[in-house]
Amino acid sequence: MGRYVVRFTALGYLLVILLAPLSMLFWRIWEEGLDQAWAAITDPDTIHAFKITLILCAIAVPLNTVFGIVCGLAIVRRRFPGKGLVNAFVDLPLALSPVVVGFSLYLLYGRTGWFGPWFTGHGVQVLFALPAMVLATIFVSVPFVAREVVPTLREIGDEQEQAAYTLGASSWQAFWRVTLPSIRWAVIYGVVVTTARCLGEYGAVAIVSGSISGKTETLTLRVQDYYENLDQAGAYGVALLLCVLAVAVLVVMTKLKPKEGTA
Amino acid sequence: MTFLTVIVALPIAALAWESRSDGVHGFWSAVTQPEAVAALKLTLGISLVVAFINAIFGTIIAWTLVRDEFRGKEIVNAVIDLPFALPTIVAGLLVLALYGPYSPVGLHLAFTRSAIVLVLCFVSLPFVVRTVQPVLYELDVQMEEAARSLGARELTVFTRIVLPSILPGILSGVAMAFARVVGEIGSIVIISGNLPFRTEMASVYVFNQGQSGNSVGASAVAVVMLGVSFAVLLVIGAVRRLATRHERG
Repeated sequence: MGRYVVRFTALGYLLVILLAPLSMLFWRIWEEGLDQAWAAITDPDTIHAFKITLILCAIAVPLNTVFGIVCGLAIVRRRFPGKGLVNAFVDLPLALSPVVVGFSLYLLYGRTGWFGPWFTGHGVQVLFALPAMVLATIFVSVPFVAREVVPTLREIGDEQEQAAYTLGASSWQAFWRVTLPSIRWAVIYGVVVTTARCLGEYGAVAIVSGSISGKTETLTLRVQDYYENLDQAGAYGVALLLCVLAVAVLVVMTKLKPKEGTA
Repeated sequence: MTFLTVIVALPIAALAWESRSDGVHGFWSAVTQPEAVAALKLTLGISLVVAFINAIFGTIIAWTLVRDEFRGKEIVNAVIDLPFALPTIVAGLLVLALYGPYSPVGLHLAFTRSAIVLVLCFVSLPFVVRTVQPVLYELDVQMEEAARSLGARELTVFTRIVLPSILPGILSGVAMAFARVVGEIGSIVIISGNLPFRTEMASVYVFNQGQSGNSVGASAVAVVMLGVSFAVLLVIGAVRRLATRHERG
């Protein structure tokens, strides 16, 4: 009896908080008309926003992957002064509001910021352009690969690497042949989470991009643009696109998870 | 290391610098602006409520996923991660569609605090579930059975045996959820209406003040939020140390 109460409380909560709003998306799109949603998705500005989002992911994800692996190795295998500080800074973007991130970048690269005048003087537009959006996206997605890699590295220990060294492997060989293959699932999982975060980033990018339609708009900003112009069908259309991407990410995550334990 | 400095540390430094550009006094008067105080109070209050809801329902959901068996459990388990994968602005749009002006269930909560709580529960759902779940999996059922055979009632078993083991998990999950909720903006922009003194959250305040050129006001509140983030990270660190104190001896 008690078991059922617990089960239905859990499922009921999920239904009210999560599933009911989700199903509304499809209902609303159906109600507003599929062709309208399709028109919003195929709008040139939306396609441009899609491209921008992909570019941001294409830059931020590889950079953060490399950084995450290097950083994970440094945190687990090395001892150096300021390690605690590095650890804290890697985790910070998880706990920090994207708005604060965006605003900080805005201050740093703005007209009166430390770097703003220098870049403007050299004819490089950082703020309200792609560079600042890339920086913001990297910032918010820094921790994910590192956080997946660190526990896996701890768990596998370094005996195998030591064995490789005694057999004459260089540290480069040891990394590619021994370390990387054993942490690969953690890395892939981290990459998937990083991608999800980059796709969905809103706050930080909203501040530094200026959200100019057809220029510096990402998909999430596009949703807001449609919403503020009271174009419900458009907003739901782009939201659906983001939803499909999210579900794709989710499927990959779910497929990877059990393997993470056995690999 | 340089990467971390350029990407993360420098912007933070710039923020700290800007907030103190008017001196301690300027910072204080910017933080104590009535609108800023209202936004901060609202944010902290709502975040506490959401964190509390998460602590209870997150634990119940984790319990159901580990100890209960029913059809479609794998699907439910996968759906939990959805708020991580879904852009929060979409979450805001969805909750608005269900509980907004055109609500099919007859609830009109848009631009109210209840709507903010709802959407934040959506966004922060996975944290507690995902931190409690693995601990529950590894928990030894024998201890509970031993307690039951000694005549303990279900409630006693839960509060005396299960809860102490999963409490660190709950706490760090709640802390993460809290931090996430304090900083959330995407979904809030859509659903709260951002009425100053009523539904304007701190993140939106920073956003609006920043856009309208009030850098000092925005950076002051941003620094407070930065402080909250650091505090949360410290709490999580402390909980983690406390939880592993037996292993480290």
